[in-house]
Amino acid sequence: MTGLTKRYGRTDALRGVDLTVGKGELVGLLGPNGAGKSTLVKIACGLVRQSGGTAEICGAPAGTAAARRALGYLAELFRFPGWASADELLALHQRLAGSDGGAAERAELLELVGLAEARERRIETMSKGMQQRLGIAQALVGKPALLLLDEPTSALDPAGRRTVRELLEELRRRGVAVLLNTHLLSEVEQVCDRVAIIDRGLLLAAGRPDELARPGGVEIVTGSGVRTFAAASRDDVPEIVADLVRAGERVYEVRLVRSSLEDAYLAAVEAAA
Amino acid sequence: MSDVLVVAAHALRESLRRRVFAVVVCLTLAFGALYAWGADQLFQDVTGFDRNGIGLDARTLAAATLLGLAMFGTLFLGVVLAVFLTLGAVRGDAERGLLQPLIVRPLGRRQYLAGRFLAAASVAAVYVLLVYAGAVVVTGAVGDWWPQHPVGAGLRLAGAVVVVAALALLGSIFLSANANGIAVLMVFGAGLLAGLLGSIGDALQSHTLQTLANTSSWLLPFEALYRDALRVLVAEVPGVTGAIVQLGPLGGSHDAGPLLVPYTLAYLLAVAAAAAFAFGRSDL
Repeated sequence: MTGLTKRYGRTDALRGVDLTVGKGELVGLLGPNGAGKSTLVKIACGLVRQSGGTAEICGAPAGTAAARRALGYLAELFRFPGWASADELLALHQRLAGSDGGAAERAELLELVGLAEARERRIETMSKGMQQRLGIAQALVGKPALLLLDEPTSALDPAGRRTVRELLEELRRRGVAVLLNTHLLSEVEQVCDRVAIIDRGLLLAAGRPDELARPGGVEIVTGSGVRTFAAASRDDVPEIVADLVRAGERVYEVRLVRSSLEDAYLAAVEAAA
Repeated sequence: MSDVLVVAAHALRESLRRRVFAVVVCLTLAFGALYAWGADQLFQDVTGFDRNGIGLDARTLAAATLLGLAMFGTLFLGVVLAVFLTLGAVRGDAERGLLQPLIVRPLGRRQYLAGRFLAAASVAAVYVLLVYAGAVVVTGAVGDWWPQHPVGAGLRLAGAVVVVAALALLGSIFLSANANGIAVLMVFGAGLLAGLLGSIGDALQSHTLQTLANTSSWLLPFEALYRDALRVLVAEVPGVTGAIVQLGPLGGSHDAGPLLVPYTLAYLLAVAAAAAFAFGRSDL
């Protein structure tokens, strides 16, 4: 995506966003509500037309049949026909995606998201979490090169989230690119190769999670309490400990403090406000 | 084309599994039974009027009027079916989150619309033809009266519900499901009302009412098709009886002329083009 803009009436949802997701790369998209994340994802999958800039999926302009053929998508607010079974839903999407995977592909996808036992179960009898996992299986029909997931774990319990994290790591091993739109920073921190922080339609920061999380000093636990050296780094630790020992302090523990991705996220969003 | 058929089959399977068709069949059978019973009673009652002095064929009058009413009932039921199969096809399904997973597939938006139209129009048209054929058979079997051109009237009736299905699909791009359903049924009612006013205008020689009816016929050709179907049904009835039955029930028969069928086809193409254009530019 290059210089992507989107205007709804007088509101600028996107104001020139540049973003690339490489092959097999897992990119997390972070931002507060109304930042433009879902708009960006919807432009990528052709549900929304951009006002300016370019968006391409595997070399094809977003929204074209060739681009849609290369992607899988799970919307933030989705619903599947309640009367259908999990297997029927996947069969429908196989027909629409032109997949010739047949029953084997459907069984593999249901196994992948932990729904192998629910193959014949009607969707309206499934919990929201099960439907969300089925949604991920649906997005994977036809072996897409790029997966666009909009809040894929919002209705999942911790075990379900772990299943999705493991699934994302498996997809990375298979070379599938993933753009993950989520509010869960811990999730992004754990699985994403890169993070893009977006707010009010602008890309505020992008990089590896550990790049965005800055050093935050050194904390040393001594006999007289915790001493904080905010400006210190890892290289300063031996000298600080030596000074403390020389001064008669007993040193029990040394902690390198790093700002979390959450701190980096909040700093970026507040700086832009 | 295969994508169109996949979408159409999916829409029909949903109606089948949601028991829409089961409900429609049960209620239609009840309607048919009531119609047969009513027809039997009516033909028994008019037997005594056969020997009137004004040349009125009471049996023909009763049969043509009854079948005209059945045609109106059939049209109404077919329209309700067409509307309910399409009222939330685009915006309604998008608001519920059902549409997006389908539209992001290689399937194009035009193919999606075509599939939904194919499902609704074919079901509504076949339904109308079957119910109408049933009414013709019952009227003939019970009253011993058969229309001269039953096929032409039935096809016009089927064409009318196809037009309504197309309008409902177009409306679904702009309106939520409830609003679209209400709007299309109101348009349908307004069209029939304009036809009725046209008949009054013909009787009173009111140029204003005639113009109103003609304009509505061009804007909403389902109304013209319905009145033309009534005309085809009773066109061959002679004498005083013919004059009375051509006034007909609920709007009366009206000759829309030879351009009606080609105009309707062009109208459907225009609605399809407008729907494809509007849907293609919609953000979901």
